[in-house]
Amino acid sequence: MQQKIGGQNVLKTFSLGGIHPSENKRSADRPVEILPVPPVVTIPIAQHIGAPATPIVQKGDAVKVGQVIAQSSGFVSANIHSPVSGKVEKIDDVVDASGYRRTAILIKTEGDEWEASIDRSPDIKKEITASAEEILQRISAAGIVGLGGATFPAHVKLSPPPGKTCDILIINGVECEPYLTSDHRLMLEKGEEMLIGVQLLMRALKVEKAIVGIENNKPDAIHHISQLCQAIPGVSVQPLKVQYPQGGEKQLIDACIGRQIPSGKLPIEVGAVVQNVGTAFAVYEAVQKNKPLIERIVTVTGLSVKKPGNYLARIGTPMADLIEAAGGLPEDTGKVIGGGPMMGKALTSIDIPLTKGSSGILIMPREIASRKPVENCIRCSKCVSVCPMGLSPYLLMTLAEKAIWDRAEEEKIMDCIECGSCSFTCPSSRPLLDYIRLGKGKVGQIMRSRTK
Amino acid sequence: MERLIVSPSPHIHSGDSVKKNMYGVIIALLPALAASLWFFGIGALIVTLTSILACVLFEHLIQRYLLKKPSSVMDGSAAVTGLLLAFNLPTNIPIGLILIGAAVAIGIGKMSFGGLGQNPFNPALVGRVFLLISFPVQMTSWPVPVVSRSSYLDATTGATPLSIIKEGLGTGKPFSELATEIPSYLDLFLGRMGGSAGEIAGIALLIGLIYMLIQKIITWHIPVTVVGSVVIFTGLLNLIDPTSYANPLFHLLTGGLLLGAFFMATDYASSPMSVNGMLLYGIGIGIITVLIRTYGAYPEGISFAILIMNAFTPLIDKYMKPKRFGEKVATQKA
Repeated sequence: MQQKIGGQNVLKTFSLGGIHPSENKRSADRPVEILPVPPVVTIPIAQHIGAPATPIVQKGDAVKVGQVIAQSSGFVSANIHSPVSGKVEKIDDVVDASGYRRTAILIKTEGDEWEASIDRSPDIKKEITASAEEILQRISAAGIVGLGGATFPAHVKLSPPPGKTCDILIINGVECEPYLTSDHRLMLEKGEEMLIGVQLLMRALKVEKAIVGIENNKPDAIHHISQLCQAIPGVSVQPLKVQYPQGGEKQLIDACIGRQIPSGKLPIEVGAVVQNVGTAFAVYEAVQKNKPLIERIVTVTGLSVKKPGNYLARIGTPMADLIEAAGGLPEDTGKVIGGGPMMGKALTSIDIPLTKGSSGILIMPREIASRKPVENCIRCSKCVSVCPMGLSPYLLMTLAEKAIWDRAEEEKIMDCIECGSCSFTCPSSRPLLDYIRLGKGKVGQIMRSRTK
Repeated sequence: MERLIVSPSPHIHSGDSVKKNMYGVIIALLPALAASLWFFGIGALIVTLTSILACVLFEHLIQRYLLKKPSSVMDGSAAVTGLLLAFNLPTNIPIGLILIGAAVAIGIGKMSFGGLGQNPFNPALVGRVFLLISFPVQMTSWPVPVVSRSSYLDATTGATPLSIIKEGLGTGKPFSELATEIPSYLDLFLGRMGGSAGEIAGIALLIGLIYMLIQKIITWHIPVTVVGSVVIFTGLLNLIDPTSYANPLFHLLTGGLLLGAFFMATDYASSPMSVNGMLLYGIGIGIITVLIRTYGAYPEGISFAILIMNAFTPLIDKYMKPKRFGEKVATQKA
């Protein structure tokens, strides 16, 4: 679907549904600030989708910045490196962003001593010498996961299963979540490095073409990246109409190249691989600078936050330190969210550590932090019209409520990408996505038990 | 520090509400109400007020004392039903009949099925059709516009354009001759004709429709398909035999077609959920309306047409699913 703007530029977007919440990108023009290294970091061993990493350090061990402290424990898993230098204080169960107690490595910081192999010079290293295999191996060793929030180990996506081929790389610079601006800032400030990362990814995937999808509410980023792209063959920018959830893989591929992934399949089915701009930058650092993933850009924002901003912080930094840097927790705080307002997770405390997937910390004032009372479904069909997957959320909720799992499966409950557009839109404030999630859990279980 | 609120995503809401939509419909109906007051005066006022108050009161009583639940009348849906019921009644109808109509609309049409959003049929139409069948004489006596402004029960009555044409065509008079006996198309559009309280002024209803579309209360699919299919169907008939079939413009502006297409067929609860379903439903209403008007016993048919298609809504919802992502097997690899 295309839309004309000013008679010349053609903006694309995805075909079905979508919403446009208030953007509230308060921190969009705040340059990235480097946050001081905290006195203690907490590094959960499960920061990615897949098997948690296995700790390979013990209490009392001295570590350097960039040293592996927990090793990938399978193909779908990722290494974890120490983001600071110091001593391992303990390995303990701590509450992380999921709200559950999980194993984490606590390190007491001493100085800031880096592994000697890491190139810390500020120069941009342009020439690409690594082979596809070397790039993949570096990405895997550096513990890179999808930095858009999904935290899927990057090397897995870059290794298409036998029989499947990839012909295009799509780089996700959409940042469709309201409030968040970390990807926006990264594109403006690290665009050149990010595009070298894109070229590395292209080589790893053996593709000739890459598209960077950026929504039209970031005209400066579109302009900047487009200019940089002129010198790079095969890489181009696709400006996109602002529409949530365009950052979803399926929606982004549809928007950029008009291919729709069939139900239950992965992007590789249509010959595409999607990586986030932050991931591309991390790939640049890993391959060109030998630097593992030990820090990330995170937006700290909210309607009553005094100094909303973007921060480069070490993994394991307590959220509280980041909130402090943004002017402290506002008086009227009702909810603190890890991520954006549409798909982020409400945190149980602000002492939770920053992890690889944390793209933002959003602080919601009390009066908008609670849900409104649930009313009867009035069958207005707004949930159906906004669903980007073409599902019937009202029906899926009823089926999940009544535990009719076979019908829920028939109605493609597993296709739901949990974007929350239905719950956002519902005039009766019905918890559509809550029930659909419940249903997905059950139906997924049933489907897995069937194939065993 | 106070404890943080923890709930699953999404953490923001559009701010849309049942109230907003219901009061939005009421606002959209105000131009038609103004037209009704202008043409029918005191009668329109009495009928509208009685109907709204009765519907709201009945819903409140049923909710509080029969179902023993908190009253839900503030959501505005009972007032919408009351307003729409009034719009479907002649403005010289006795108060007693309005009360019966309101009791049937709210009691049987809505609350007996579980209240808001649960009604399989449009409640106002259930009330209206109940009255039409039970009290055919009172339900088909129509005050003459303007001249009956200051009278209620004793208003001067006359035939509606639709019944003049229907009877005339029945006796074999050609449409072109009959057309001289009814008001001009401009008068029809402005509402200067006999008819139910709120159905007369096409222009007022159109303004209401535009408001609802801008406010995203409804989508275009149902109104456009109802109107479109009526225009196409009556256009074809008129093309084949212009003497015994009225032209599409006449059908469009009379007999409450626009009120039905814009405000009654689009009732959330009793209309389909998917776009394809809405299109089918709208076409069905258009075709049935023309069939009743042209070949049935009643001069106007949209009420019955909507109720009939209401009955098909569950079936339509079951078989007409929204277009799913990835369904059009899209592996058109470059």
